[in-house]
Amino acid sequence: MSSQDNPEKNLPTAQDTTHGAVDVADEKHPFADPGLPPHEHRIQDIDERAAKRSERTVALLFTLSMLATIGFIASFVAIPVEKMVYIFPLGRISALNFALGVTLGIALFAIGAGAVHWARTLMSDEELTDERHPIEAPPEVRTKVMDDFRQGAKESQLGRRKLIRNTMFGALTLVPLSGVVLLRDLGPLPEDKLRHTAWSRGKLLINQNTNEPMRPSDIVVGSLTFAKPEGLDEHDHGFNNEIAKAALMIVRIQPDDIKDKRTLEWSHEGILAYSKICTHVGCPISLYEQQTHHVLCPCHQSTFDLSDGAKVIFGPAGHPLPQLRIGVNDEGYLEALADFDEPVGPAFWERG
Amino acid sequence: MSTNTSTESRSRGKAPAGERVADWADGRLGIYSLAKANMRKIFPDHWSFMLGEICLYSFLIIILTGVYLTLFFHPSMNEVEYHGSYIPMQGQLMSEAYASTLEISFDVRGGLLIRQIHHWAAVIFLAGMFVHMMRVFFTGAFRKPREINWLFGFLLFVLGMFTGFTGYSLPDDLLSGTGVRFTQGAILSVPIVGTYISMFLFGGEFPGTDFVARFYSIHILLLPGIMLGLVVAHLILVFYHKHTQFAGAGRTNKNVVGMPLLPVYMAKAGGFFFLVFGFTALIAGIASINPIWNLGPYRPDMVSTGAQPDWYMGFAEGLVRAMPGWEINFWGHTLVLGVFIPLVLFGLFLAIIALYPFIESWITGDKREHHILDRPRNAPTRTAFGVAWVTAYMIMLIGGGNDIVATHFNLSINAVTWFVRIGFFAGPVVAFIVTKRICLGLQRRDKDKVLHGRESGIIKRLPHGEFIEVHEPLSQEQMYTLTAHEQYKPAEIGPTVDENGVKRKVKGSEKLRAKLSEAYYGEESQIPKPTVEEYKEITSGHGHH
Repeated sequence: MSSQDNPEKNLPTAQDTTHGAVDVADEKHPFADPGLPPHEHRIQDIDERAAKRSERTVALLFTLSMLATIGFIASFVAIPVEKMVYIFPLGRISALNFALGVTLGIALFAIGAGAVHWARTLMSDEELTDERHPIEAPPEVRTKVMDDFRQGAKESQLGRRKLIRNTMFGALTLVPLSGVVLLRDLGPLPEDKLRHTAWSRGKLLINQNTNEPMRPSDIVVGSLTFAKPEGLDEHDHGFNNEIAKAALMIVRIQPDDIKDKRTLEWSHEGILAYSKICTHVGCPISLYEQQTHHVLCPCHQSTFDLSDGAKVIFGPAGHPLPQLRIGVNDEGYLEALADFDEPVGPAFWERG
Repeated sequence: MSTNTSTESRSRGKAPAGERVADWADGRLGIYSLAKANMRKIFPDHWSFMLGEICLYSFLIIILTGVYLTLFFHPSMNEVEYHGSYIPMQGQLMSEAYASTLEISFDVRGGLLIRQIHHWAAVIFLAGMFVHMMRVFFTGAFRKPREINWLFGFLLFVLGMFTGFTGYSLPDDLLSGTGVRFTQGAILSVPIVGTYISMFLFGGEFPGTDFVARFYSIHILLLPGIMLGLVVAHLILVFYHKHTQFAGAGRTNKNVVGMPLLPVYMAKAGGFFFLVFGFTALIAGIASINPIWNLGPYRPDMVSTGAQPDWYMGFAEGLVRAMPGWEINFWGHTLVLGVFIPLVLFGLFLAIIALYPFIESWITGDKREHHILDRPRNAPTRTAFGVAWVTAYMIMLIGGGNDIVATHFNLSINAVTWFVRIGFFAGPVVAFIVTKRICLGLQRRDKDKVLHGRESGIIKRLPHGEFIEVHEPLSQEQMYTLTAHEQYKPAEIGPTVDENGVKRKVKGSEKLRAKLSEAYYGEESQIPKPTVEEYKEITSGHGHH
């Protein structure tokens, strides 16, 4: 403990504790506290006309507030909610919102300005002094409290009757468990939910814009297409949960430009299907540079090279975008050859 | 009791109605003893003391407007097809939450205004708390007896961030949904329990159909309830401790000098509430905030560019964006350091500032009460530390908007990110050194002013042709103000041998404390304030000019 306490000699000697207010700085104390300076009167304190002016200013502000409130009510009644107006330099904005905001703003601001002006110019500005008292209780109070506590604790017999004490602590420790258990049904266990998506062998790739299956010839080099698995409709219950994992990004790269062997194998003649969900924290990725084959996540700027297994080439993502293995079915439409072989989206503890 | 003294004058029926009501209340609530201590309570005046008021008032505005919004908002993720008055969204599938936000914005008269006041006030609330916290930090107002109030304030700041975040997520628009997805991704990175927390929070896989309703009860009940309690406790402690004040003539550690609550601060503070509210209403009327109708409803496979959180989450966003994507795979598990480290850093970085008062009081070993504020220059190491903290915070704020910075200033996103990565480590160090030098320079100037007077700018030619600048001596008030601050001496380890000649073991904590104390109060870290002897020597030497 002693090491934590600063020895008294190291504490500073404060200017203000050594001497109280002194009227004149004498030879011995050139830096002494001269005490509160005499109060200086404002113009309003000595000139009644100035005071009257202040009064009128305050009253004017309060009146302005009243007028603005009337303006607020009038705008509310008179201006149709859908009316748009052009106001320089704000552009085309809602007339009602503008009118209500300005009138309410003035109505409130004027009250505040009036009150502050009143306080600053007319209310007494003479500085007053309050004494501070130590927050700590005096020793005799402390002793009394400690004695009372000991008395109370003794009378409770808590310390003496260990059986009561221990069982009480046990009960109090256990009872919150009920509350914890009740939280169990907040959601299901993770199990392998994050490992599977709506994709499986034979599922057609459906263009997100046209809602039609796609032929290889629909996809030209340099294009970017978003796709979903067949049978997934946005009106379906649970569509959002499924699309959050199954969303697909399709690009076509000249097979010669594809650097990674597996990437090429899993493609169909250079048509590559990657998960659209960023492996960082799960934003959909959609900024594609067709010349470099880089794709950038607009949320945290992770950059992936689609021609090279979607490797991370910049930014905070930790692993490549999963690639979906695709082929063409008998009718010539693009289809998935399997589900993703790894979990899509952000990494997690059980991912491995 | 104060009531006894006025018993005789209470002839019922004759007293004015107001007094009779007050008597009635006093008989049941004892309001007179409360009023006796507080009605004419003295508050010191300084512009920086109103920063906390801004926070209080914007908090009240948020509660008022928030209650109004709950009357119209439907916290539900049921999918509906939109057929409201906003033409571009006709026929779109969206959650009821988003649809009702559109209704508030386009069909409820004044709904848009209240929504925008609510959001603007939230942004102001957080900014106000940040600046208020800096004020308290840099003036040392967190020292005993106010450490606990510092923690209350800190908790308000952190809870404010989460309340803001949950509220921002409620409209279920494309941008806020992206923010929620980001949060879910961050939760997944937590080792061992990440997937479980995510499943429990979202009622299954992301996004599910539960989070709006769950965030809603967190946003309107749980967090604001706790915050309201903390705000009340914060204010009670401000009253109980009495406000701090800056040193000056007549202002000591044992008094508080200023104006009384009634009438001056009633009018000023009450008026200031209206000023803040009026200002917020004005900007809500002219400046659009969070125009969710431009963004569209949330779909987990869609996103827009320039995705940004509200400013107070920008720091966390920056940490996430700047962090390299480290992932460690072992024994079938993944440690997602690239996301988890920013998550932990976010907490640690805030915790440092929360614990600072206790660290400083351990270094100084000072157990006295402090009611006189420090000028930041007179606590150079603390000030430098604070500026370093703010620098790191600001650099991460830039990091959080690295895409915006890149597109607006035509810079490479990679270069901006690398600047942030390096700046996060180098910036605070540079800021620390520079701030400390500036503080010491200002201390020297103060010392110079006390000893030699103020430079008047008047050049005088002496009879023998020499030119000198006339220095005006300071008034006694100024002199007192500039020398009133305390200066600590560095703590020493103390004798390592006791009176019996036995060597004691010097603990590591003692050594650390002595080192830190030297860093805070050593010769390098403060300019000794002018002594009476120095002053006398100089003034008697050549007298006053």
